[in-house]
Amino acid sequence: MFTHLILGLRSAGLPASITEYLTLMGAMKAGVADYSVDDFYYLARATLVKDERHLDKFDRVFAACFKGLEPPEGVKVEDLPVEWLKKLAEKMLTPEEIQKLESLGGFDAIMDRLKQLLEEQKGRHQGGNKWIGTAGTSPFGAYGYNPEGVRIGQDKSRNRTAVKVWDKREFKDLDDTIELGTRGMKVALRRLRRFAREGAATELDISDTIRSTAKNAGLLDIKMVAERHNNVKVLLLLDIGGSMDDHVKATEELFSAARSEFKHLEHYYFHNFPYERLWKHNRRRHEETIPTWQVLRTYGPDYKLVIVSDGAMSPYEITMAGGSVEHWNEEAGTVWLERLQRQYKHNAWINPTPQRSWGHVRSIGMISELMEGRMYPLSVNGIDAMTKELSR
Amino acid sequence: MAGFKSTERYIASRDLEVAVNASVTLQRPLLVKGEPGTGKTVLAHEIAEALGYPLIEWHVKSTTKAQQGLYEYDAVSRLRDGQLGDERVHDISNYIIKGKLWEAFAADHPVVVLIDEVDKADIEFPNDLLLELDRMQFFVYETRETIKAKNRPVVIITSNNEKELPDAFLRRCFFHYIRFPDRETMEQIVQAHYPDIRKDLAREALNVFFQVREVPGLKKKPATSELLDWLKLLMVEDMPVEALRSNEKQLTIPPLYGALLKNEQDVHLFERLAFLARRGA
Repeated sequence: MFTHLILGLRSAGLPASITEYLTLMGAMKAGVADYSVDDFYYLARATLVKDERHLDKFDRVFAACFKGLEPPEGVKVEDLPVEWLKKLAEKMLTPEEIQKLESLGGFDAIMDRLKQLLEEQKGRHQGGNKWIGTAGTSPFGAYGYNPEGVRIGQDKSRNRTAVKVWDKREFKDLDDTIELGTRGMKVALRRLRRFAREGAATELDISDTIRSTAKNAGLLDIKMVAERHNNVKVLLLLDIGGSMDDHVKATEELFSAARSEFKHLEHYYFHNFPYERLWKHNRRRHEETIPTWQVLRTYGPDYKLVIVSDGAMSPYEITMAGGSVEHWNEEAGTVWLERLQRQYKHNAWINPTPQRSWGHVRSIGMISELMEGRMYPLSVNGIDAMTKELSR
Repeated sequence: MAGFKSTERYIASRDLEVAVNASVTLQRPLLVKGEPGTGKTVLAHEIAEALGYPLIEWHVKSTTKAQQGLYEYDAVSRLRDGQLGDERVHDISNYIIKGKLWEAFAADHPVVVLIDEVDKADIEFPNDLLLELDRMQFFVYETRETIKAKNRPVVIITSNNEKELPDAFLRRCFFHYIRFPDRETMEQIVQAHYPDIRKDLAREALNVFFQVREVPGLKKKPATSELLDWLKLLMVEDMPVEALRSNEKQLTIPPLYGALLKNEQDVHLFERLAFLARRGA
């Protein structure tokens, strides 16, 4: 009956299954949504969407599927804060266009044009990694509400030149939700698991109990042990922006796999090479940075360090003080890498570029040397080799 | 069938009503997510009240095992009893301790089961409950009996999003995300909880509350439960409205802020902003 809805959802990347579809049918039959479009919308949402990150996606597909029906309450474009749309309009339309549209029909006309543009954009950028319409994760919810709050760029000062503004790309925080294709990585990462008994003794240790009872001339002597927990600790440093943009998808997959595999996983971001400051949230990278010293102090040597970066940069960025492209670094990148290596005996570098092209980039060779060869490609095999090395 | 609706004490949006009624009708678990303090746990109480069923609460902690919700076998006391020659030792069922789900399945009348904060437990926890929640039955190895629900209970599961839940688990649930209430709904909620609050006090307090929520960079934004606590304090202290009133631009730290801001970084941030605002004025 509503197969086109479910197919639309699936092609938008929303993991709705037949079970859920049948549940929806069952609920319709039981009369949960009685001939009200709104109720049907709510019911379908409760049945088919299982994660608030997908709500926006669902709203868009629902709107496209049931075009012409009365829209659910409160999902009009006009309800979005005007500032977001204005900002978006500035991004997508040229000033001339805005002026022309304003003379034609004012705000509404602009919004219509914007909607049209966004729909086109969505088609074109399917599967891309920019903030506009990555297979449906677009922060712009023209048809819906996004409970996470929609962010369309940070406020930035207007008097910068165009090139500089481009440099200040708004990097999207890596989404660790990508599930497709992470299974292989999870299995590979599982090898890093190291079980240890920790905490309060809550389990009956049968063999020890038998032994000590026998020693005790048959008088019961109960022995308890703590439960086994996976206590491997991983510190993940992720390069973001610049040349890494091409590898966002693969990095997200790695991050997603690592996130579900380790309880003690700490991650920080850096740009090109780790220097004296790292940051935790990409959105706030200019406001909230953490001194690398603090990271070194916080996470003890029992952590395993994994750096993810393509290592493509000018050699100065590695070897020279002041070589960074973004800021003045007092100490050279090599000094910082050495400090990290000294603290974390188990360390590795994952490079998302294909291994055969490593020879063509000088900086990759330098880093590989600094890492004493512990550089691995971002593939299931590469991670497998890395876990072997790290768990030695 | 008596459906679930907004009550005098609990304001539910229409989409929440639909989700709850769907889950009650189809007898499948309802997974509720949302910002802390938006009334996820209270929802289960309200559903139990509305349906007239008793509520069985299972609060999940990081050490909770799925098995504990079914039953536990107390091997240690059986060993001890064996040592002491106690008669009870011959019947293994004396050492089976029933868990919350067993309690719910064995009840003669339908009940509401709340599995609170399911994401606190180990990553495998939801997977271990798949069959139990799907078929509402489980097998007790020690006594070789199958426990089957006499009446399928209404199961409400809450999560704070600390861990991802497995797909297989999600597929068996209905899902509802409680959005943060807008101002209008919030007024209704305040009205529902404190019918005799002074109108001007409520209005000013809501102004301050939404202003606080908009401060960028707060670690923990105050939510509904914080607002209600704060209002209660304001009423007990009989705070004059003037103390709350601040002019449009200027930010001041609200009186009795301890109920709204829950960590020292947020208080510092607020003090700094208030200081900057004063200096700017």
